[in-house]
Amino acid sequence: MDFSLTEKQKMLRKITRKFAEEYLVPVAKESDEKQELNKTAFKKMQEMNYFGACLPVKYGGAGLENDTIGFCIVIEEISRADAGWGITIAVHNGVAAYPIYKYGTEEQKQTFLEDLANGNKVGSFCLTEPNAGSDAAGVQLTAVKDGDEYILNGTKIFSTSGGIAGTLLVVAKTGDKDSRREMTVFIVDSKTPGYSVGVKEDKLGVRASNTSELVFEDVRVPQENILGQYGDGFKMAMRILDFGRIGIAAQCLGLGQAALEASVKYSNERVQFGKPIGRFQGIQWKLADMACAVESARLFTYKAAFIHDKGEDFGTASSMAKLVASEAAMQAAHDAVQIHGGYGLMKAYPVERYFRDAKMGEIYEGTSEVQRMVIAGNLLRKGV
Amino acid sequence: MKIFVCTKQVPGISEVKIDPKTNTLIREGVESILNPNDRNALEMALVLKEEQKAEVIALTMGPPQAEEILREALAMGVDKVVLLSDRAFAGADTLATSYTLALAIKKILKESDSEENYLIICGSQAVDGDTGQVPPELAEELGIPQITYVQKLELSEDKIVVERKFRATEIVVIETKLPALISVLTDINKPRFPTMMGIMKAYENSNVIYFDSKNLNADISKIGLNGSMTEVKKIFFPERNGKRIILEGSPEEVVKKLCHHLQEDKIL
Ligand SMILES: Cc1cc2nc3c(=O)[nH]c(=O)nc-3n(C[C@H](O)[C@H](O)[C@H](O)COP(=O)(O)OP(=O)(O)OC[C@H]3O[C@@H](n4cnc5c(N)ncnc54)[C@H](O)[C@@H]3O)c2cc1C
Repeated sequence: MDFSLTEKQKMLRKITRKFAEEYLVPVAKESDEKQELNKTAFKKMQEMNYFGACLPVKYGGAGLENDTIGFCIVIEEISRADAGWGITIAVHNGVAAYPIYKYGTEEQKQTFLEDLANGNKVGSFCLTEPNAGSDAAGVQLTAVKDGDEYILNGTKIFSTSGGIAGTLLVVAKTGDKDSRREMTVFIVDSKTPGYSVGVKEDKLGVRASNTSELVFEDVRVPQENILGQYGDGFKMAMRILDFGRIGIAAQCLGLGQAALEASVKYSNERVQFGKPIGRFQGIQWKLADMACAVESARLFTYKAAFIHDKGEDFGTASSMAKLVASEAAMQAAHDAVQIHGGYGLMKAYPVERYFRDAKMGEIYEGTSEVQRMVIAGNLLRKGV
Repeated sequence: MKIFVCTKQVPGISEVKIDPKTNTLIREGVESILNPNDRNALEMALVLKEEQKAEVIALTMGPPQAEEILREALAMGVDKVVLLSDRAFAGADTLATSYTLALAIKKILKESDSEENYLIICGSQAVDGDTGQVPPELAEELGIPQITYVQKLELSEDKIVVERKFRATEIVVIETKLPALISVLTDINKPRFPTMMGIMKAYENSNVIYFDSKNLNADISKIGLNGSMTEVKKIFFPERNGKRIILEGSPEEVVKKLCHHLQEDKIL
């Protein structure tokens, strides 16, 4: 076993960190307040190829399709600067662009990947509905065949980047009224008539990231736009989320790292009772626990990425990574606020934002409860 | 047309630590980076490459770990990178360094189209040694014109016209034929970030070319410690005496008090 990163991965970290500190950190607070991604940062993110991170060079990507650890490092460093950007890039790559590359036909790849890779189109994954949250099989948006086309009707909610997306993966019910799990995933262009963006959510955290309701009224999608097999959509959606969770784990990891770093710095600087608060055992124990949590998150995340790249079954590993990393980020952010005292509650310091951002990770792409269900389900079915 | 950019790997901190026994830098636990000023040199070279047809070659002399900065240069977009690495090069001062760099440049020129013209771009100084001596010494070794502290450059076929910063506020415009060497200032441009694609290319489709003392046919007495004329007697931190006076009062009073102090200390 060898835990060392490759030289390329180290360079990805170094450059992404420096880039993020220069272009994302200075506008993170403003983006959080305005609830939108900064336009200059957006352009720079495009130039740096982050939108094409895990697509092959052949399709205009940066070529990390077989280096998921490298991909995680990139997400981690972006999220260390701004978790709102972190989820945007993680979702765009992990559950929109990469699935088209992985499961799409050559024609679909030619049609959709280039614009996703360069960020001219943002990708979104649309599964959740008002009545289908944790219970993903409860999808009610329907797709009905009409000649060579399918007609989509229904509403999706909470779609990350939904309001700014150009290419959407939409999970639709294609079975009988009473059937569950008979679904199909469609690739939908946001210019298709009948498609519209509904409510943009006003959220607690990752506020720079767009979260929107999407309305489908007689949206006609050609049958060539089916991703994978007709009727196989539930399994497909679960497989997409398995990979997506590695990216979310990396996003949480970067956020936890940011909270830890801010806390170490503050503990050395803030003087009470005549000495830096870092000299007090009460603070030291917090720092040690935070560091352990963040390091566990890192190990779980990279391990899941490693298993994925080996081509082995990585579902349990990715659920574990997402669970451990999101809870580590929450713990680290919680302690970070505590260590900062009153200042930790003020907008002048970034830790209150970390705290709000961290809570999100325990809910999206499957709540902590759902991750535990997946992990335990696999244990009981497949054994330990 | 070839553009050579000389680069250096330096410790990535502003306050370097020195081993008091050996008088050398403590490198342990210190991140190594591409000398910031060399980024400006690389940026200028890459802009020239985009505007005109030129091959950009980055060179450095250093241990094998210095490969990292060359990969970074590749990721930024240079065409070729060369690492001069040999135990015999160790301990070189600026003279031995420029001798070695000159050999490498001559070798590259000899092995390529002999009619080709060339330009060498260096950063003005490295943040560790801070001597600014390598660029002029390198030009002397090669017997070509040199212009230091350049802030702007125009290149046309066989000549360059540059603006050289002179004292704080003056600018001298100089024209010279190629080949020539210039050293550039910081803040003359904003060096590009290597893109992800650039990083991929740098690690997957490119090689670092290694030169050692043998394939450079180097004169052993002129390289490394042997070839160094300077000897470091002692490195120390300037002592800080904590003398600090806080002047209080209205601005007028404070200025008066300040002038008084400065006169007392014979500064005014
Ligand atoms: C910022 C943000 C971005 C999102 N992005 C996307 C996106 O891009 N695409 C998308 O499709 N969706 C997205 N979502 C939706 C997200 O995945 C869901 O919110 C999440 O899966 C939970 O569903 P729910 O909100 O309906 O909660 P519910 O399913 O109603 O859960 C309520 C509570 O009950 C618990 N619970 C539910 N079932 C069980 C059970 N069987 N056992 C124990 N506990 C249970 C849950 O863990 C939770 O604590 C996003 C959500 C947010 C907040």
